[in-house]
Amino acid sequence: MRVRAQIGMVLNLDKCIGCHTCSVTCKNVWTSRDGVEYAWFNNVETKPGTGYPTDWENQARWKGGWERTRSGKLQPRQGSKWRILANIFANPDLPEIDDYYEPFDFDYDHLQSAPESEAFPTARARSQITGKRIEKIEKGPNWEEILGGEFSKRSQDYNFEGVQKEIYGEYENTFMMYLPRLCEHCLNPSCAASCPSGAIYKREEDGIVLIDQEKCRGWRMCVSGCPYKKVYYNWSTGKSEKCTLCYPRIESGNPTVCSETCVGRIRYIGVMLYDADRIEEAANVADTKDLYDAQLGIFLDPHDPEIIETARADGIPGDWIKAAQESPIWKMAMEWKVAFPLHPEYRTLPMVWYIPPLSPIQNAAEAGAIGMEGAMPDVRNLRIPLRYLANMLTAGDEEPIARALERMLAMRSYMRAKTLDGVNDEGIAARVGLTGRVIEDMYRIMALADYEDRFVIPTTHREEVEDAYDLRGDCGFTDGNGCSTGISSGSLFGGTRKPLKMPEEVT
Amino acid sequence: MHDFLFGIFPYIALGVAIMGTIARYERDQFTWKTSSSQLLRRRQLVIGSILFHVGVLVIFFGHLVGLLTPIQVFEFIGISHGAKQILALVVGGIAGVMALIGGGMLFHRRWTDPRIRQTSSFWDITILALLLVQLVLGLGTIFVSIDHLDGHEMVTFMFWAQGIFTFDAAAASYIADAALVFKLHLLLGLVIILVFPFTRLVHVLSGFAVPFRYLLTRPGYQVVRSRRSTPLPKRSRPASPKQATAKSKSAPPSGAAAGPAGWRR
Repeated sequence: MRVRAQIGMVLNLDKCIGCHTCSVTCKNVWTSRDGVEYAWFNNVETKPGTGYPTDWENQARWKGGWERTRSGKLQPRQGSKWRILANIFANPDLPEIDDYYEPFDFDYDHLQSAPESEAFPTARARSQITGKRIEKIEKGPNWEEILGGEFSKRSQDYNFEGVQKEIYGEYENTFMMYLPRLCEHCLNPSCAASCPSGAIYKREEDGIVLIDQEKCRGWRMCVSGCPYKKVYYNWSTGKSEKCTLCYPRIESGNPTVCSETCVGRIRYIGVMLYDADRIEEAANVADTKDLYDAQLGIFLDPHDPEIIETARADGIPGDWIKAAQESPIWKMAMEWKVAFPLHPEYRTLPMVWYIPPLSPIQNAAEAGAIGMEGAMPDVRNLRIPLRYLANMLTAGDEEPIARALERMLAMRSYMRAKTLDGVNDEGIAARVGLTGRVIEDMYRIMALADYEDRFVIPTTHREEVEDAYDLRGDCGFTDGNGCSTGISSGSLFGGTRKPLKMPEEVT
Repeated sequence: MHDFLFGIFPYIALGVAIMGTIARYERDQFTWKTSSSQLLRRRQLVIGSILFHVGVLVIFFGHLVGLLTPIQVFEFIGISHGAKQILALVVGGIAGVMALIGGGMLFHRRWTDPRIRQTSSFWDITILALLLVQLVLGLGTIFVSIDHLDGHEMVTFMFWAQGIFTFDAAAASYIADAALVFKLHLLLGLVIILVFPFTRLVHVLSGFAVPFRYLLTRPGYQVVRSRRSTPLPKRSRPASPKQATAKSKSAPPSGAAAGPAGWRR
């Protein structure tokens, strides 16, 4: 056993209002640069829909994630190391930028600078790659916003697998949900596995998956290797980039930008302890439906004295163990079992989990039955088909999703009874296998969601990696050239440097 | 002039190439990349790139072996000079045509596709053009050497190339009588070596290193880096028999865990 700590995230889709604040703040901080205009480390998709990049969930097409070979070996779906190297001259599975969208901007200046004319001046679109006029924008980062586009296209959605989807195209039966997505910081990352340079790595101390920009050579195998399509090739620098889980913030105990700015307070960040020696075993179970349980199986109970002792011996700091004990992720994933990994069938053991959304009751006759004597509606009558959620979160296993939705409904009934009628109805809690106390805890964390309850993030232990005495008077952050102060506008080896604008002497 | 171009210039070119490559790797590794443009436009790239790379690699190793193998080795194996020349003509000719077709596709794509053209640097276009000209010159030598198949001229080039690497002061004189197309081909080759570290060509070195790094020095698939200054202790508890058989490849050996920290500069 090797105990390791991982920063995990849970998103409560039941509360996501699709406002895109997470995406926009993330973009402003991380990807408002040349070459990654098209890249959204965080994006919010309207489901059902084909998403961004189009059809990303269809791994028969993109070959992302892992597969279990006939002989029971775990290997990237792109192929073994030999196969990946053989495709190094041209990656057959790489999306083209049009699968995301061609980045564009508008001629805003024309609105002010246009000469006087009969017609009102307009700001027309320009490509951010070529700078040329785009006459018609065919695609954008959120092209299917609020069920935009015809159902026949959106219903290509991979999660309709095994669902009679035709009826959901009818107005009366239509359903919708939001899916905010970011890098999953997987326990078994297939992007790292497919990088021939070894530039993508998982940090031992907090599990954040990063790309070493110096070591990346632009072989672009990670872009196709990631089943979530969350590694982006920067066409300007020629290097791949991805969500960093805002590690400078996490290191200082702050939540990521997307979590901090989430107005719906749907995001939770906390520590999970897991057994690193059992990653491959868990990712390689034969039946994809067992992957969810297998991943639960490698998480370690931070309250178990034996685990605590082992964790200490494995170099996990005391405050990290304490954070793991108070982790909202542990409660939602392990204790209440309301959070699920996104597409566990990709075998990457993702660490950004989702609480499935409740939805209105499909059948109007049954709608009135809610809350009557605590009777709960059948979650199978909810507008969003259970199978659809199961395809997204449990590789098609509906039982765990049904249980989670029942528990969320029970939480509502219990709290309604408590606040309106002043009754603590243990019966409601017992029906879903919980107690009143647990439900009130769920209510506190999932519904009220105070800042301190959402984010339990221990700071990083710099004293273990560096001697601050050595660093005194040092140069801090530099552009990679040690403490050199030499400023030159160009580089001998191609590319341009953008030096800081220094104050100049005035006469 | 001849002595300068083929006796001294090779050392300048090799010196700049070696020092420049080291300097770039050491000081500006962020610019060390393939500069792939496949994301922006897939059309023409897949076939063009494969043809070009395979062809060029065959030619590269053909030249390396053909020019730098001591002539005694060929004599020992029993390959006559004439046979070697015919082998070089056939293999080099086929690979050269492959590379020329592929490179032509890539150049056409780079020149005419607005996305690629706009994002290309001066050297991206220039180096591809130089390589294409070099391919044409190289294929052009076939028409000269096909007239005399005794392998004699090829042997003079071997003496020249090996003379350069053995610091033979008379190296340039061996090829004084070579046909013009050969001299142009050699000269352009030296220019390409000269500009090597300042172009995207440096990715070739990474390409040669990658199979070793990926296949040999990396156990399993996963990479974990740690910043700990003291390595982690050994496994705190013997793994249960079941776990032992399914040992995770992602768990680094304790040495690797303390490995490339990269935190302090």
